[in-house]
Amino acid sequence: MRGKFGLSGILFVIAIVVYVGNVLGILLTVILDSVSKRWYSGVLPHFLTTQWYAYVAQDHDIVNLLVVTFVVAFAVVLISILIAMPAAYALSRYEFAGKGLLLSLFLLPMIVPPIAYGIPLAMVLYKARLAARVIGVILANLVPIVPFMILILMPFIEQVGANLESAAQMLGARRPTIFFKILVPLALPGVFTAGILSIVKTISTFELTYLVAGGRSQTIVVALYADAYAAGARPPEAVDALAVIYFLTAMICLVVALRFVSPTQMVFKIR
Amino acid sequence: MSLGRRGGLVALLAPAVVFIVFLFIYPFLYGLVLSFSDPSGSFTLANYERFFGDWWERRTIWVTLWISLPVTVASVALAVPFAYYMRRGIRGEKVITFFLIVPITLGTVLVSEGMLTYMGPTGWLNQLLMAIGVVAKPVRFTHNYWGVAISLLIQGFPFSFLMLLGYISGISPDLERASQMLGASRIQTFLRVTFPLMVPGIAISFCLSFVAAFSVFPSAVLLGEPSGPTRVISISAYHWAFEEFNFNVASAISIVMAAIELLVISGVLVWRNRMYRGASIVGKG
Repeated sequence: MRGKFGLSGILFVIAIVVYVGNVLGILLTVILDSVSKRWYSGVLPHFLTTQWYAYVAQDHDIVNLLVVTFVVAFAVVLISILIAMPAAYALSRYEFAGKGLLLSLFLLPMIVPPIAYGIPLAMVLYKARLAARVIGVILANLVPIVPFMILILMPFIEQVGANLESAAQMLGARRPTIFFKILVPLALPGVFTAGILSIVKTISTFELTYLVAGGRSQTIVVALYADAYAAGARPPEAVDALAVIYFLTAMICLVVALRFVSPTQMVFKIR
Repeated sequence: MSLGRRGGLVALLAPAVVFIVFLFIYPFLYGLVLSFSDPSGSFTLANYERFFGDWWERRTIWVTLWISLPVTVASVALAVPFAYYMRRGIRGEKVITFFLIVPITLGTVLVSEGMLTYMGPTGWLNQLLMAIGVVAKPVRFTHNYWGVAISLLIQGFPFSFLMLLGYISGISPDLERASQMLGASRIQTFLRVTFPLMVPGIAISFCLSFVAAFSVFPSAVLLGEPSGPTRVISISAYHWAFEEFNFNVASAISIVMAAIELLVISGVLVWRNRMYRGASIVGKG
């Protein structure tokens, strides 16, 4: 290929280096700051300390934050699989009146800004006395995840092909048997992909959780925002220590996820 | 359609329909009704008047568009050449895409929090810029328009890029080869073949990046001047809902927000339809 090291190649490399350099810079400053003491100038901090982690542990119920974060993520994924799987099946296998309309309705939460539907949703959840509780946080987080999951699952189900199902039907299997014995096992890789992507997404979802969470139903990212917002209430290094705890949680999930899915699948697959 | 089949279809779709009705449509209609009523419940336009009649509130629309549109255009404009360059895969692709997905995964809160130190007056970025002599004094990157714009770009660019990369790798290479075999130059091939085929992907990635940028909230608070130049519409909606506890005005602002959003998206889709007709993808995809 001509121009492998041509102008476009050089520009590409420069841009990637600038981008990666800044992302690494942002992450490394957070990590270094969280273990530093009085780092006001210079390239590196002069004193290292773990005191800010002790401070965070006193300031927040870290265990509760982690438990809520993971309970919410897993509950959202399980419930949305139960909702999205049959819907994705119906939408990719059957033709029926109003199908296009139904599909656009399911995808609508993806193109309305989360704050715009999050505020009315939070009001409804407060009225139903579900907000400020873990259940409310789970319900709110379902709104963007279910459409996301339907969208990921549909191509996987289309791939399975209707022939196998027809064969099973001819051999006398009933519809529920076909669904659970043929389709579910064959679509399992898709379900798994969708599940992992949704867990990663839910852990970092901020706006919706922020609008409905209360004291003990906060996830880590919401606690981090509250700390960063109330700058001055606590040392900046302590905020960074909580940021590192969040960073590690999200990164572990991301690294696990990337063993099974490619980064291009983490955003929407547009066809 | 037999009765049994229809029953099966209804059973399959029922959970999703119940979900969308109770968690999305009902709250939205509830918000719509609230936005047109006063606290006692009778019809009024006062909530919208309150928003549009107050310069301070009204300008949040321009503030938000002034941040989100340039950032979205920049993200997509940067993403197109990069996705094009990587369309056949390059060395180190895995590492590059990993670093692109990291800021998306971490979310705005962590990125904003990190930018406060990294891009602050004594942060590494300013130290570096001064050391290599680009600037004499520290540049102010945070607590202004640029802080918010940069944080949105750090997340918007990889989002558009990964979406376009997924899309462009589904465009059959045969089309490009055919075009070149018929004597088109590389630039002609890009402008007449590849780019038009990318248009639907560009349109969708523009829409979805715009949704993310338009609802900017945490970074506008943490990195911007939330009481002034970066008081975006989300901040205004949040303020009315959870600081003033006036849910009527807050609902009105949410409705305005959704309306503007849908307006911009329809505009993009109209552009897409004018630019592009025909089958999108040959072969895989």
